[in-house]
Amino acid sequence: MAEIRVQHLRKAFGDFVAVQDSNFVVEDGEFFVMLGPSGCGKTTTLRMIAGLELPTGGQILLGGDDVTMLRARERDIAFVFQLFALYPHMNVRKNIGFPLLAQGMPSAEIRTRVEETAKLLRIDHLLNKSVSGLAGGDRQRVALGRAIVRRPKCFLMDEPLGTLDTEFRDLMVHELRELHNRIHATTVYVTHDQMEAMSMADKIAVMNHGVIEQFGTPREIYDRPATMFVADFIGSPPMNFLGFGGGLAKGAREIVVQGAKVAVPEVREDIAPADMALGIRPEHIRFDDASKLRGAIYGTEYLGTTQIVAVETADGLIKARVPAEIRLATGDHVGLTLSSARLSLFEKGSGRAVRTAIHDVASERRARHG
Amino acid sequence: MSLTTAHSVVAPSANSKRIAGTIIVLYALISIVPLLWIFATSFKTPPDSIAYPPKILFQPSLEGYCNLFTTRTRQTPDYINSLGPATGFCDETTRKRNMVIAGPSNFLPRFVNSLIIAFGSTFCAVFLGTLSAYGFSRFKVPLADDLLFFILSTRFMPPIAVAIPIYLMYRELGLSDTALGMILLYTAVNVSLAVWLLKGFIDEIPREYEEAAMIDGYTRLQAFWRTVLPQATTGIAATAIFCLIFAWNEYAFAALLTSGTAQTAPPFIPTIIGEGGQDWPAVAAGTTIFLVPILVFTILLRKQLLRGITFGAVRK
Repeated sequence: MAEIRVQHLRKAFGDFVAVQDSNFVVEDGEFFVMLGPSGCGKTTTLRMIAGLELPTGGQILLGGDDVTMLRARERDIAFVFQLFALYPHMNVRKNIGFPLLAQGMPSAEIRTRVEETAKLLRIDHLLNKSVSGLAGGDRQRVALGRAIVRRPKCFLMDEPLGTLDTEFRDLMVHELRELHNRIHATTVYVTHDQMEAMSMADKIAVMNHGVIEQFGTPREIYDRPATMFVADFIGSPPMNFLGFGGGLAKGAREIVVQGAKVAVPEVREDIAPADMALGIRPEHIRFDDASKLRGAIYGTEYLGTTQIVAVETADGLIKARVPAEIRLATGDHVGLTLSSARLSLFEKGSGRAVRTAIHDVASERRARHG
Repeated sequence: MSLTTAHSVVAPSANSKRIAGTIIVLYALISIVPLLWIFATSFKTPPDSIAYPPKILFQPSLEGYCNLFTTRTRQTPDYINSLGPATGFCDETTRKRNMVIAGPSNFLPRFVNSLIIAFGSTFCAVFLGTLSAYGFSRFKVPLADDLLFFILSTRFMPPIAVAIPIYLMYRELGLSDTALGMILLYTAVNVSLAVWLLKGFIDEIPREYEEAAMIDGYTRLQAFWRTVLPQATTGIAATAIFCLIFAWNEYAFAALLTSGTAQTAPPFIPTIIGEGGQDWPAVAAGTTIFLVPILVFTILLRKQLLRGITFGAVRK
């Protein structure tokens, strides 16, 4: 296993820049997820790490070795494709053993290794079956088997659960993470599904338009989104934004939104007057008639333990997640109270998050590591 | 619109099935009768073959086949009687017609020429076609669309339109009446068909297969050989049959460019008629044998062919 270091990675297809100046480090044994909408450059990045595309610029280091321009077969990596790419003319055993055959391994050893792998994935009873008759989950396991059997430096996975039914997907998310905990293989996993990312990843990179918007743990990304894009992309429903104007001074603890004063985490930098946005997660909103921030109930979505309530405010709809017991009727006027310690502030123009007290923990930790 | 009815999945009624069955049987009969006629004629004696009304039931004879494979000279009965006992069926039959066998005919070498040229050119066309189709399908070839159009454009004109330039060219290059020349010519005609057909098939094979193989430690050529080719077999089989049928049946160029050593069966068979009267059984025997290789080849590949043709036809 090995660490993956990506430095100033760039890829252009003619005039279209798919990936611009990506930098990140996947530490040895880490489960790293690249998350973003389709066309954001995450698959292109993965394919460059695999050697299926050559970068326009930048470097890829695998376990300290520069592999930027090496062929795929010289990199000692394994790749799990979205459509699995199981060879239809070979049975399960041959599919899993295919990478070992390339290394010229003796057939007795291939046999043992394939059987070990199949046992690990609980597909040893399928070894002599044709791959075309397998169910989705088993195909997925065979594809994983073909990756694991090599004991490569790292695993690259391109939306491997994308074609499975929801039911199977939850099961496989669990299985994948469990497998990772057992074999501790450095893994780069590409998905557009935030639930997969949040539940499996040690680290996540959120990408958009070829740029890594944020790199961090699932908790950092959810609690301290670095940009409005990340705040909006992660969370279901996503973060709400309420606009406000004026600048911010270092040390400020309060802002004015729609005529109401809202306490916010202490601001750590000076911001010149500009259009700003206050970011609130739906679960950080409570209904409180005393509040000056007001709105009218637009609709509710009952989810069992909680309900999502859409509230019409002067600045558009915002969504709150509140306990399911609260009785609300469409059209009711409510006051909104926000959990001050959990709020984020953004510059609307650049979408960048303003440094506040919520970032303190992260910067302290980073300082310790540095 | 009528288009929607074409895709309707309503089960056909018993009546329409019966009508369709009748039409198919009738059509099959009409198609097969000439073949049966030729097959039957090849086993008739020359007098039976020209009998009127035609004989449906007759005493089968191998005389046609004897005449196909031999050349004969007419002799006086005295001379024939002076010979020793007949050495076999053909010898005996020939003597009954006041003739003796002079030697083997050219049919066998011509037939072998046909085999070499047709299978050789089919192999070349399919080999080149597969590699080019793979290239066009997987790589960014500069001007790919124009090149593909150019390849197709070689078929816009019936090949025979360039017969005279090719005849002159071949004479200059010393390719006239050589197997190599005919293989090159048929390959050139077939390769455009092969590239276009195979590109369609290879486009349908997801490139993830080769990418997976390349990541698993194989070179591109190995990946092509082990993952693309096995999945392209139906397409390759279908293409090979189309190429083979063309090369096997081609008459015009063969008649023009081959006359001796490299002559193929199609221009040779009609020449049998002239040798010693209108020997229809010998012509029919030649035609029957001529049909065999393509029949065998098609039967061997029928599964791939059927899948290949429908696969190509119902592309999304």
